[in-house]
Amino acid sequence: MSAADVALELDCRGMLCPLPVIHLGRRIGEVAVGEVLAVVATDVAARTDVPAWCRMRGQEYVGEDTALDGSPRYLVRRSS
Amino acid sequence: MTSASGTAAPGGRATHGYLDAASSEPLHPAARQTLLAALDQGYADPRRRHRSARSARLLLDNAREVVADCLGVRPDEVTFTSSGTDAVHRGLLGLRAGRARHGDAVVHSAVEHSAVVHAAAWVPGDHVAVEVDRSGRVPPEAVARAATVPGVAVAAVQAANHEVGTVQPVGEVAAALAGTGVPLFVDACASAGRLPLPTGWDAAAASAHKWGGPAGVGVLLVRKGARWRNPFPGDDRVDERTTGFENVPAALAAAAALQAVVTEREQVGRRQAALMDRVRAAAAAVPDTEVVGDPVDRLPHLVTFSCLYVDGEALVDGLDRRGFGVASGSACTASTLEPSHVLAAMGVLTHGNVRVSLTRDTTEAEVEGFLAALPEVVAGIRAEVGL
Repeated sequence: MSAADVALELDCRGMLCPLPVIHLGRRIGEVAVGEVLAVVATDVAARTDVPAWCRMRGQEYVGEDTALDGSPRYLVRRSS
Repeated sequence: MTSASGTAAPGGRATHGYLDAASSEPLHPAARQTLLAALDQGYADPRRRHRSARSARLLLDNAREVVADCLGVRPDEVTFTSSGTDAVHRGLLGLRAGRARHGDAVVHSAVEHSAVVHAAAWVPGDHVAVEVDRSGRVPPEAVARAATVPGVAVAAVQAANHEVGTVQPVGEVAAALAGTGVPLFVDACASAGRLPLPTGWDAAAASAHKWGGPAGVGVLLVRKGARWRNPFPGDDRVDERTTGFENVPAALAAAAALQAVVTEREQVGRRQAALMDRVRAAAAAVPDTEVVGDPVDRLPHLVTFSCLYVDGEALVDGLDRRGFGVASGSACTASTLEPSHVLAAMGVLTHGNVRVSLTRDTTEAEVEGFLAALPEVVAGIRAEVGL
């Protein structure tokens, strides 16, 4: 996914679980329905917890790519 | 407020509020009695020929027969080891060694206990983790597919999952492997004594302190006729499958506990399952909380759930302050800072995780007390992060 398609990117590098998901939960409302929010997180738990958050909160998990510095980036489309 | 761990609640048992039986069940009264009696009789070397030695040997053989009877196996298929982990290592790697001519790879479900994962990683050759579904169950056909790749020595599937309680389809896995020549190792540490042992394995492992026996006693089962080779240095003890001086009193106490637990299991299991249904319903009612593991085909005494936005360490500590001891698979509570590989393989939330497991005498009042504390502790932690 290109940078242009991401409406908001959260820098959660260095944060331990559950902080990346807490930031995701707090800020999903800042993107419009249909837009994509990206979470850049180095904590390995985010790989499981971001998709699980999407499932529990009824949002769409788009997938994983990498930020410019190579950190994992998790993409979430706001669907409600 | 009740006292924290380490002291008895006023008027209560020493284990009041202890909801971590899946880590270790308190010593069964039958085991305590047997252990104290056996300490005075089972001190001698069961390998010697004199009277004291014969007495120790008699106790050891008696323990073996009782365990065999409780698990539905032959006495000569039972070996006492120094722990459940040791039994897992010997069972899995012994079957692998017995298949050295065919290969060295190990196939196992992605949700095996770390004892299996570490043993597989310790030896040369591939180790393949077979994916599980959302409930933590491994599909038998996927195990068979992975196990019939050339070079596979052994497959390992647990009887039931130690973290989420899901019972694995061991019988179906065994049926799928029949005729392939690939032996099956079953880690039964989480379920032994609580559920009948599944069938179809070539070797299996159990752990006494998980059923109310003393710690430091594992049980290795090797099916008569299975091709098993000792993967470790040998010894000249009673049983060629293990090493070290036999802990005769502890083995006998483990057998006594198992016998008692098997005798009471229908009654205790029914009571525990009813309490667990109550915990499942109450935990699921906490906002943004997911109960994980199979809702029906599961261990009777444990349940696991995860609470969104909650730090696992804070949750365990908060519950401990309220007098309840629980386990967690969240990364922040693990020494490795890695989340539970079981929860990750299931694709369920790894943070805010709690495993509640009941001892044989956990009361309804304790469970209700825990369920009253849980939403308050969760809400308190969420309030601190503004969610």
